[in-house]
Amino acid sequence: MSDHSSEAHSHGSVKSYIIGFIWSVILTGIPFWMVMTEAFDKGPTYITIVVLAVIQIFVHLKYFLHLDFSEQGKLDTYSFIFSAVIIVMVVALSVWIIYASNAMMM
Amino acid sequence: MSTTHMNTHDAHEAGAHHDEHHDTGGNTVFGFWLYLMTDCLLFASVFATYAVLFMNTAGGVSGKEIFDLELILAGTAALLVSSITFGFAMICAHNKNRSGTLMWLLATFIFGGVFIALEIYEFQHLIHNGNGPQASAFLSAFFSLVGLHGLHVTAGLIWMVILAVEIIVTGLTSRSLTRLSCLSLFWHFLDIIWICVFTVVYLMGAI
Repeated sequence: MSDHSSEAHSHGSVKSYIIGFIWSVILTGIPFWMVMTEAFDKGPTYITIVVLAVIQIFVHLKYFLHLDFSEQGKLDTYSFIFSAVIIVMVVALSVWIIYASNAMMM
Repeated sequence: MSTTHMNTHDAHEAGAHHDEHHDTGGNTVFGFWLYLMTDCLLFASVFATYAVLFMNTAGGVSGKEIFDLELILAGTAALLVSSITFGFAMICAHNKNRSGTLMWLLATFIFGGVFIALEIYEFQHLIHNGNGPQASAFLSAFFSLVGLHGLHVTAGLIWMVILAVEIIVTGLTSRSLTRLSCLSLFWHFLDIIWICVFTVVYLMGAI
């Protein structure tokens, strides 16, 4: 335990990497299959691939980057959440502004 | 268990029983994590640029016509496998298993190399058919975004070679362990960026 707590970042186990890997394969396979086979309408396909991508990002954060709310890990997690807020603002607001101005020019 | 109530800094000040290199390493890794968060912002602005420009094809090709999803799926698989092999390298490194670390690093390097090779093939193919970055705003944004990720992966591969040489020469010191931890964060972080790239650029472009 002392070895673990002296590390700022925990490093996972074989089991956790394999769980994360299996989840990633599933969460990557489904969107590619949906788009490549064109089995569904465009609307549901868009929504599904975005939702699965977001879930996969969380899987990677948990199983590969080991983000958590432990004493050692929470500073990493908080800095990530802060960046995520800034990113949502940069991307979503830029796209909103440009698309709105584009619509007004029409 | 008492150390778990301290943050890294406190542990550094008070933990006389700790190996000092470990705590310095922890701060280094945290600093590298903060760098990655700023790198996130770089990618976010390039993503925003792509989202704004991807419809401006200047009468040329759109994503649906040029994306080869089977190629992208192969590259994605290679990058995903390289993520888990790097994870195994880290586990070996923490267990002071030098040959295991080097073997898994080699596997990671090969799969990362396959990813980059497929990307270079894709770019070369596009440019050969007259769909280079100068052809339209869409293609400029596409090459910038995918190329930026590719450059990061290439930098990661170069870093991996240098670290492997360091581990061969000096063994698994606490310093090389810290450096491996940073590269591990970098590598897994690039995989997360790739999830966004294949979803936003390739899959959404090909629907």
